[in-house]
Amino acid sequence: MALLQIAEPGQSTAPHQHRLAVGIDLGTTNSLVATVRNGVAVVLNDADGHALLPSVVRYAPDGSVAVGYAAQAEAARDPKNTIVSVKRFMGRGLKDIAHAESAPYDFVDAPGMVRLRTVAGVKSPVEVSAEILRTLRLRAEAALGGPLVGAVVTVPAYFDDAQRQATKDAAQLAGLNVLRLLNEPTAAAIAYGLDNAAEGVYAVYDLGGGTFDLSILRLSKGVFEVLATSGDAALGGDDFDQRLFCWIVEQARLAPLSPEDARLLLAKAREAKEQLTTHAETRVTATLTSGEVVDVVVTQQQFWDMTRHLVQKTLAPTRKALRDAGLAPEEVKGVVMVGGATRMPNVQQAVAEFFKQTPLNNLDPDKVVALGAAMQANVLAGNRTADDDWLLLDVIPLSLGLETMGGLVEKIIPRNSTIPIAKAQDFTTFKDGQTAMSLHVVQGERELVSDCRSLARFELRGIPPMAAGAARIRVTFQVDADGLLSVSARESTTGVQASVTVKPSYGLADEDITRMLKESFEHAREDMHARALREQQVEAARVIEAVESALAQDGDLLNEQETATIRALIEELRAALPEPADHRALKRLIDKVAKGTEEFAARRMDRSIKRALAGKKIEQL
Amino acid sequence: MALDLSRNHFELFGLPARFDVPQARIDGAYREIQAQVHPDRFAHAGEAERRVSMQWAARVNEAYQTLKSPLKRAVYLLELQGMDVGAERNTAMPAEFLMEQMEWREAVEEAEASRSVDALEALHARLRGEMRAQYAELGRLIDEVRDFEAATGLVRKLMFMEKLQSEIGDALAALEDD
Repeated sequence: MALLQIAEPGQSTAPHQHRLAVGIDLGTTNSLVATVRNGVAVVLNDADGHALLPSVVRYAPDGSVAVGYAAQAEAARDPKNTIVSVKRFMGRGLKDIAHAESAPYDFVDAPGMVRLRTVAGVKSPVEVSAEILRTLRLRAEAALGGPLVGAVVTVPAYFDDAQRQATKDAAQLAGLNVLRLLNEPTAAAIAYGLDNAAEGVYAVYDLGGGTFDLSILRLSKGVFEVLATSGDAALGGDDFDQRLFCWIVEQARLAPLSPEDARLLLAKAREAKEQLTTHAETRVTATLTSGEVVDVVVTQQQFWDMTRHLVQKTLAPTRKALRDAGLAPEEVKGVVMVGGATRMPNVQQAVAEFFKQTPLNNLDPDKVVALGAAMQANVLAGNRTADDDWLLLDVIPLSLGLETMGGLVEKIIPRNSTIPIAKAQDFTTFKDGQTAMSLHVVQGERELVSDCRSLARFELRGIPPMAAGAARIRVTFQVDADGLLSVSARESTTGVQASVTVKPSYGLADEDITRMLKESFEHAREDMHARALREQQVEAARVIEAVESALAQDGDLLNEQETATIRALIEELRAALPEPADHRALKRLIDKVAKGTEEFAARRMDRSIKRALAGKKIEQL
Repeated sequence: MALDLSRNHFELFGLPARFDVPQARIDGAYREIQAQVHPDRFAHAGEAERRVSMQWAARVNEAYQTLKSPLKRAVYLLELQGMDVGAERNTAMPAEFLMEQMEWREAVEEAEASRSVDALEALHARLRGEMRAQYAELGRLIDEVRDFEAATGLVRKLMFMEKLQSEIGDALAALEDD
């Protein structure tokens, strides 16, 4: 399909120039970064040869921050300041967090998202995640020898809007340009599908450290179409550790544990779980701070019995996803296993029994998500070659709606809708002379607002006074390719229009992000302005290149006057590029180019669609 | 903006405005166009192009949702012909049809009460068979006879049947999950 290259601005002018892009799997227990080198996706190791970075962040009293193995080593000694599994807190309030009372942290309840009090101050889960992402960014830049053009960051498919937005905020805070948030099972499907030239309907069973996803995809001629997705955003390998930990505490008849001892035993439980993947039994030994010695033997069968309900818990979302896709288990051609927790034989067996086939384990379940993300990042960054001609069609996992009278939810966008999507719905006033309307945006499948997640509240003011039911308020929901929602509303009966656009806010306002950015740059002794300027310069160069390439390809869509106007705009930007006054001035010029080329972009899009259809008719003849 | 909203879904997909269009052609046209406009193709492009791309991709997804469902496709075709299909404003259905519907519902409730998956599945299959025949007739009315009044009446009936079908599906799902 040579025609596809029409829609590739920027590629033709500099095909030799490889843009540095990475895929990042920001996991509950471990995180990874991968890239495409010489056409092959590879995981980038740290200086010691480790591929995995434990998702552990420690704030030390001296103000230093340790991430990964160094932080993990201190976890038992300093549990309060050593944050593990922070992904479980992303976009979550205190009341949403399971076992919060037994966690060793000093939680601070805050509107929208919980915070953690550490020796280095109160930290948002977004800041903690950003430390992990920053470590991976630096690892990648060192390995690749330059700054990154961008990154694809993966999220559990079942993450809701708040959790996705929090992840994106964390990536931006870490200095990453987010090319796309990509669903973890979809990333795995890309890696598996491209490696095996797979065609047909596949299920991806992704049991990570803290989240479970089940996605059903149809792979056909380079199109990865997600048919349905389901899952549990608070179920993963961690829960198996927790269960075994509780069992050990019971068996050894231990008194309530200190946070240090709890951390230690939890780590021992995790080791034992891993042992039981390949051994019939294992011994757990530990010396507590009191000097008391724990010594317990656990068999594989005991472990399977005590965690049976957890394995079963993954099958309900599995059935739901199949039902939503309108498929029976037998119609699935293969089941791709993803996530370290799928190594457990009891999980493998339950999946095999459910789908009546042996699951596919030929890719490393720890790495497959990062590898798929790297492949997608490579393409999104503009390194697409003729072989990289695939299209991803993903969906939103949970329905989006508005609160109506009586605390009921009116669904606007149903779950499993292909994104991007925009949908409008009309509402009206309830009382005579009503001039304002309060809108409450929620996400979830239940009929009552109280059972769904509240994403945002905003008010539409300035509605002209009319009889009840006469006003017409059109509310538009838009979900972009990252799965992120924005909502706008306007009244349109009388020609008087009030309009507002909100980004759902669950915790982090723009000022928070700015403050954190500032703090993190101070911390890294970087000049924020210098960095912002550098970023804008890169962006400006990219814009110039893209517009020139577009002019070269489709310049005939413009008349002389229009061409001259656009050329003048890019010359103005080019002139300012070497020594701009500041990053804001450069941003203004970039925005000016964007606005001035909007009509041109629309015409080019129109042309490429017409060509695609023309090509289609010829094929059919 | 050249984002031409006046083009209808069929024109957008380069398909004839007919009820009887092979599913494969709808899927094929959808993928061809989405491959051109999808935001993944513009992730590294300028802001203007990224915005236009998202609008187009959303528009193409909307068209696909309408065209791929036989019922939505029929409603859309009839609306293009100026028919008012809106069920809430005109629900006067033939008494005979309403009687049939009540019998169906009773059968579903009975099967639900006795928690019989087999009975529900049998009803599901029988209804699917009936709907298939009705859709064939709908195609004839729209594409050949061009009797849009009669087609509108049949579409309203099919709305009832589709709703019933999804209720049977929900009942089956509820039994499975217990």
